[in-house]
Amino acid sequence: MKNLIDFFSFTDSSTRYVVLGVLLLMSSSSVVGTFTFLKKKALVGDAVAHSVLPGVCLAFMLAGNKNPVWLITGAFITGWISLYLIDTISAKSKIKEDTAIGLILSVFFGVGILLLTIIQHSGNAEQSGLNSFLFGQAAALVGKDLYVFGGVALVLLTTITLFFKELSLLTFDEAFARSIGLPVRALELLLTTLTVLAVVVGIQAVGVVLMAAILITPAAAARFWTDDIKTMIALAAFFGAVSGLVGTYISYVYENMPTGPWIVMIISGIAFTSFFFAPKKGILHKLFRQIRIKNKMNQENILKLLYQLGEEGKDFFVSRSISDITTRRPFPMRRLIKGLRTLKRQGFLKEKQRQWTLTKEGKLKGQRIVKLHRLWELYLTEYLRIAPDHVHEDAETIEHILTPELEARLEQLLDYPSVDPHASEIPYNH
Amino acid sequence: MMTKEAFQIILAGSLVAIPCGLLGCFLILRKMAMVGDAISHAVLPGIVIAFLLSGNRDSLTMLLGAGLIGIFTTFLIEFFHRMGKLQTDAAIGVTFTWLFAIGVILIDQFADQVDLDQDCVLYGEIAYVSLEQWTTSDGTMMGPRTLYVAGTVLLLVIVFILMGYKELVVTTFDPVYASAIGISTALWHYLLMAAVSVTTVASFESVGAILVVALFIAPPATAYLLTENLKHMMVLTVVIGVLVSLTGYYLAVLLDGAIAGAMATMAGVFFLIVFLFVGVRKKRKVQKTLLTAPEVIPKHD
Amino acid sequence: MIEHVENPILEIHDLTVSYDRKPVLWDIDLTLPEGKLIGIVGPNGAGKSTLIKAIMNLIPSNSGYVKLFDEHLEKVRNRISYVPQKESVDWDFPASSLDVVLMGRYGQLGLLKKPRKADKEVAMDCLRKVGMDAFAKRQISQLSGGQQQRVFLARALAQQADLYFMDEPFAGVDAATEKTIIDLLRSMSQQGKTVIVVHHDLQSVTRYFDWVLLLNLRLIASGPVESTFTQELLQETYGGKLTLLSEVSNLMRKEGFPHRELRKGKSS
Ligand SMILES: Nc1ncnc2c1ncn2[C@@H]1O[C@H](COP(=O)(O)OP(=O)(O)OP(=O)(O)O)[C@@H](O)[C@H]1O
Ligand SMILES: [Mg+2]
Repeated sequence: MKNLIDFFSFTDSSTRYVVLGVLLLMSSSSVVGTFTFLKKKALVGDAVAHSVLPGVCLAFMLAGNKNPVWLITGAFITGWISLYLIDTISAKSKIKEDTAIGLILSVFFGVGILLLTIIQHSGNAEQSGLNSFLFGQAAALVGKDLYVFGGVALVLLTTITLFFKELSLLTFDEAFARSIGLPVRALELLLTTLTVLAVVVGIQAVGVVLMAAILITPAAAARFWTDDIKTMIALAAFFGAVSGLVGTYISYVYENMPTGPWIVMIISGIAFTSFFFAPKKGILHKLFRQIRIKNKMNQENILKLLYQLGEEGKDFFVSRSISDITTRRPFPMRRLIKGLRTLKRQGFLKEKQRQWTLTKEGKLKGQRIVKLHRLWELYLTEYLRIAPDHVHEDAETIEHILTPELEARLEQLLDYPSVDPHASEIPYNH
Repeated sequence: MMTKEAFQIILAGSLVAIPCGLLGCFLILRKMAMVGDAISHAVLPGIVIAFLLSGNRDSLTMLLGAGLIGIFTTFLIEFFHRMGKLQTDAAIGVTFTWLFAIGVILIDQFADQVDLDQDCVLYGEIAYVSLEQWTTSDGTMMGPRTLYVAGTVLLLVIVFILMGYKELVVTTFDPVYASAIGISTALWHYLLMAAVSVTTVASFESVGAILVVALFIAPPATAYLLTENLKHMMVLTVVIGVLVSLTGYYLAVLLDGAIAGAMATMAGVFFLIVFLFVGVRKKRKVQKTLLTAPEVIPKHD
Repeated sequence: MIEHVENPILEIHDLTVSYDRKPVLWDIDLTLPEGKLIGIVGPNGAGKSTLIKAIMNLIPSNSGYVKLFDEHLEKVRNRISYVPQKESVDWDFPASSLDVVLMGRYGQLGLLKKPRKADKEVAMDCLRKVGMDAFAKRQISQLSGGQQQRVFLARALAQQADLYFMDEPFAGVDAATEKTIIDLLRSMSQQGKTVIVVHHDLQSVTRYFDWVLLLNLRLIASGPVESTFTQELLQETYGGKLTLLSEVSNLMRKEGFPHRELRKGKSS
């Protein structure tokens, strides 16, 4: 608890800087990631992340120290080369893009590891800390490093704000962007450059191996909450920032807790929560919708049945027992009772001593379903040439989905028919 | 003259590179290179957990666990893709980074209980192959343990490919047709993924979890540029795999760096040479395949 | 207009097929005679390919069943051959024409068995039948579009099946090749095999086929060419869009509606 207060009161000035730095790095990388995600280039970002390692090492070998400006330049150069090579290989040979990505990613990373181990074996006193590029070391983000990396992050955010309109058009509809005369090629270069820069700053927080998570996961999570690109970007930035903050906190408080992997754990947690629980697009929402549809069908079927029974006896408001209903149609008992109760609550049915009666509203609703059923059967036989003895099953579903607008068009198309293909009367509400 | 130690390292490298390359041929032809990449990262937590449970490395538990976690990874990717309607590349990215992060955290947490560290994850311990000998109960030295593990997996992979060659080929080349003639694409998809996972785990000790990807992709990609016959491609892959191991070792010695890193570097060099000399041809008409990897399964039977 | 036959080689009952809950084929009811050359005709997007895929159980159907040779598909797979529309394979795949045609033998071979010499001979023979024997060793990307088409046809022949489904085998082939192929199909049907072909060229329908299906989201007609291939029925197949039907279909996808609420429990 004390740690929590310590951490978030930012009394310690180095904590304050680290937190500020992480927030900047994570949100700017997440924002750029949103664009690569939407352009379906998510894994290219992964390749760039792995490919900056040899650049960092080479820069270190040449400069002999860990000056962040050198390291960023080195990373930027090899990151760019990797993108160029991926494009060239998949364009100039029969090798497909995914192979090219995997190839460049692993080979560049291999070169990086080779260089890194050479540096380590050379015994350069400055080298300790280069390792932090592998798995991230947000806590090391102090002094000059903070200014440089924070500066790059700010440049990223500013550029995106300035070119927001063009970049979003490019990701959503490249052909259209071209047709209205946007410099698509230049914009793509810009986006590529931003991606490389985002990787360069992001690896400070999580390291090259897990960098893909920052480019992909916040955007993927945000996608589940919205269709609007602005909201999506804001959300991705927010998710990125939150995970950066919590991840840093965890590694601040507990020993042996690496920052990068914890940031990734948090952002993955946010993403999984979004996948399952997001309204509209979440997996659970879809499951619930199925259940709702099933319930609706069940209820409508009960009303329909009571209406049909009423039709036969020429009196719609007769009380029926459960067995009256089930002898006519074998509802599963639990579903039937549940449906009856709901209908009663909603005022479509009345109940007295386990005898169920339609209300006026219930009759109307049942009548509409019966009418839709019969209209659809007629439509199928007349327009789809389906034999009258085959149309029932289809109508059993369609009766539940037709909207009043489609209903009206159906009536008109069939010219207000009076009977269905089985010569049952189609009830209208005069 | 090659020292015994050098020979053992090069042999270990080859024993790892060959099965990776053979399976890699199918991965790249199925456009699943990145799924292979994902699996190689994702098995890390499996390795650590198996380690914690069994207390050593060469147990069957580890290989079995790996097979399972590889299938789990594939399944998770497909689940996000199908149920969540998440685009495939993002589903891959989300899944493997998450699992890899778990692995790294576990290693750091249980550093004193598992004989694994981040360096091992990154580039393996192929340099120390000779150190760990397999000794039978009566004390006979049988040679480096790693060689036996890698050799066994190599044998398994060869048997798998020989037995399933025609099914692998037809489900790779034309999954729809394969289903039409009654060959289950889902089954062979998952078998291949299990084989990739097991091979990754067996290679993990030698070359680490990430550089193994270079062995899965680079030699087959190089061979792919050199031939138009699948069997030749596989033979060439084997040859390149051995060359990568040989030259990688000497490069590492020369520069005093990690052998696995040098092997990946050499794999890249071979590719580059071939690409520059034969690869850049007039690009053939490439009909874009409508089906991307996880979607090739029309239905689960 | 939908003529049914005794002892059909293919029987489809009440088949409805959807993509992502959107129905694209409604309640198909159909029987087809044995030993005939049968054409399936309909506009783009009519569901012709979908029908064949559903028959081959490559996509799940919402309702209904399919019987081939009066059996379920699994039991008679070896007697059926299928040529997909416009192969969506990777043409850079390291395989020669002969390798591709050999795949036609894989179904019969079963697990673990390697193609034998006899299989290779069958494959070569099939290549010869489509006039592609000279290209046996060619990698498939080095063939022209029409030649690729013929290789896939040869692969189907190599299955030595009794029932063939061919989805637009004439797309993109020249007149001479088309003639070769149709002669081949004719001779196959004379040997008692049944060949079902998706076809787009209305001019040649009466010349090519014995029997024809007119399809557009629903089955409009099925019967002998002379009586079925009429102006009026063609009008119905190609004209008159069923906007109401497609709106209902779209609504079902949007709302995530299941196509069949219950399999049993009839009443009306
Ligand atoms: N994989 C798919 N996912 C969603 N919808 C699909 C899919 N395949 C086909 N459809 C839709 O199903 C309908 C029928 O398609 P199908 O391919 O069967 O048509 P077709 O009659 O073969 O047309 P064509 O003459 O163009 O080959 C079309 O509206 C099409 O858009
Ligand atoms: Mg079609």
